[in-house]
Amino acid sequence: MRIIEMNNVSKTYSNGVNALNNIDILIEKGEFVYVVGPSGAGKSTFIKMIYREELPSSGSIHIQGSDITKLKSKHVPYLRRKIGVVFQDFKLLPKLSVYENIAFALEVIEEPRHIIRKRVMEVLDIVKLKSKARFLPDELSGGEQQRVSIARAIVNDPRVLIADEPTGNLDPDTSWEVMETLETINRSGTTVIMATHNREIVNTIKRRVIVIESGRIVRDELRGSYSYER
Amino acid sequence: MKGRTLVRHGKEGLKNIGRNGWMSFASISAVTVMLMVVGVFLLLILNLNHFLESVEEDVEVRVYIDLTATEQEQEELRNDLEQLDHVESITYLSKDEGLDQLIDSLGEDNREVFESLRDENPLNDAFILRATDPQLTEQVALQAEELNDIDRVDYGKQVVDQLFKVTNVMRTMGIVLVLGLMFTAMFLISNTIKLTIVARQKEIQIMKLVGATNGFIRWPFFIEGILLGVIGSIIPLALVTGGYYYVYNNYASRLSLDFAELLPASPLSLQVSLILLAIGVFVGVWGSLTSVRKFLKV
Ligand SMILES: Nc1ncnc2c1ncn2[C@@H]1O[C@H](COP(=O)(O)OP(=O)(O)OP(=O)(O)O)[C@@H](O)[C@H]1O
Ligand SMILES: [Mg+2]
Repeated sequence: MRIIEMNNVSKTYSNGVNALNNIDILIEKGEFVYVVGPSGAGKSTFIKMIYREELPSSGSIHIQGSDITKLKSKHVPYLRRKIGVVFQDFKLLPKLSVYENIAFALEVIEEPRHIIRKRVMEVLDIVKLKSKARFLPDELSGGEQQRVSIARAIVNDPRVLIADEPTGNLDPDTSWEVMETLETINRSGTTVIMATHNREIVNTIKRRVIVIESGRIVRDELRGSYSYER
Repeated sequence: MKGRTLVRHGKEGLKNIGRNGWMSFASISAVTVMLMVVGVFLLLILNLNHFLESVEEDVEVRVYIDLTATEQEQEELRNDLEQLDHVESITYLSKDEGLDQLIDSLGEDNREVFESLRDENPLNDAFILRATDPQLTEQVALQAEELNDIDRVDYGKQVVDQLFKVTNVMRTMGIVLVLGLMFTAMFLISNTIKLTIVARQKEIQIMKLVGATNGFIRWPFFIEGILLGVIGSIIPLALVTGGYYYVYNNYASRLSLDFAELLPASPLSLQVSLILLAIGVFVGVWGSLTSVRKFLKV
């Protein structure tokens, strides 16, 4: 079953920068996809299209069959509940504990308290941070912080997890920790899309690779490797 | 919305006010100053309007007879007055009756002072004329002024015309002042809240990412606006209500002349208080919601 389908998607920012050109892509449920390419190629823009941080200038984007470019803005929150997002800089709230940071994502969509408890404990288990639930973000390593942000992204059980350079700020060892977590999540059936510059990871954990250059998809291989022409 | 969520929004709203203590204080002060001015103007204008209404109804013309006029001259004056156009009735009011009326119209406190005047009554004898039509009062009065043996002629309209001028000026001044102050207060509030939003931008961004609705994100700011408005109304409400009760209880009887009286404090203070509270809350909410709008765009 296809979960994401882009047809002829182009994006020109208001300052005239042409970030994406005629993108066509199909992503099936449960896939693990790397998005690679040189800096400024349009990877982040591509990712932002999926959770409607940015709207395309033309073309259509279907998520689970419905065209999100036609979504009224009051329905956008409900789209976002189906998509988990992870950032390079974690975006954790420094004054909240690990537990509270994760629970926050469920509180603001008004889940009942007993469900929040249950779900937070489950995802803490997945990211292997149960013992650090009471810690503040500052008291954790970079890899642990990134895992907290992944836990927050998956706590409401999204269909798709997207991550924009989730290992960008991490040393190699911690990067592998994070990748392990993403793989675990992918194995449970969640589609994972990840923009990255990490050649070693892409070449070791072989998955589908989409290469974007100057706003165009120049390569799309099922068990690809990290390479693009400069 | 669930009760638990409302409690959360309330707590967040309060926290925001504390987080930017000084700016919140400035916003609250702006609301306070604005509402004080609005309150005072409101009380003045409502009372003036009430006064004007009662004066307008009282369309009699009082022709005060010169103190030196003999009885015969008084009789002649009466005849002359009867000859005037548009006069419906003439009543004689001796200076003693006049004093009785005056004393009756006064509150208990001041009666004694005036009772002592009985021996040396400073008033004039008078004829009271009614025009066939209230509109013609002025015309009757102007004709009466031409006659002999007259001390002076009083009629409601003189006062009304003058007061109309005064109230119009006051109303315009009041509206300009009040609008200026409202604008300042809204500006301060929207800036205060902008600061709290900048401080919370990351939080808001995360809320949006995990699918919180704009309504949900807006609630704490809405509550913050209400709180700034309500807190800002406390002092003006107390002062305006207390002040008016004080003036009413202590000066009402002294200020009231024949026809003019202050509006009773009991419904008026409540009405004015409610209006002030409503304006305070409106300004607070408006200020806060304008500042969030920009941050909520998808
Ligand atoms: N909000 C924006 N407004 C205007 N132009 C933008 C905006 N965001 C990105 N761009 C431009 O669009 C192009 C693609 O940017 P994008 O962030 O998608 O690249 P990227 O592939 O993620 O790069 P990197 O690997 O450095 O993160 C760049 O030229 C960038 O300057
Ligand atoms: Mg990027």
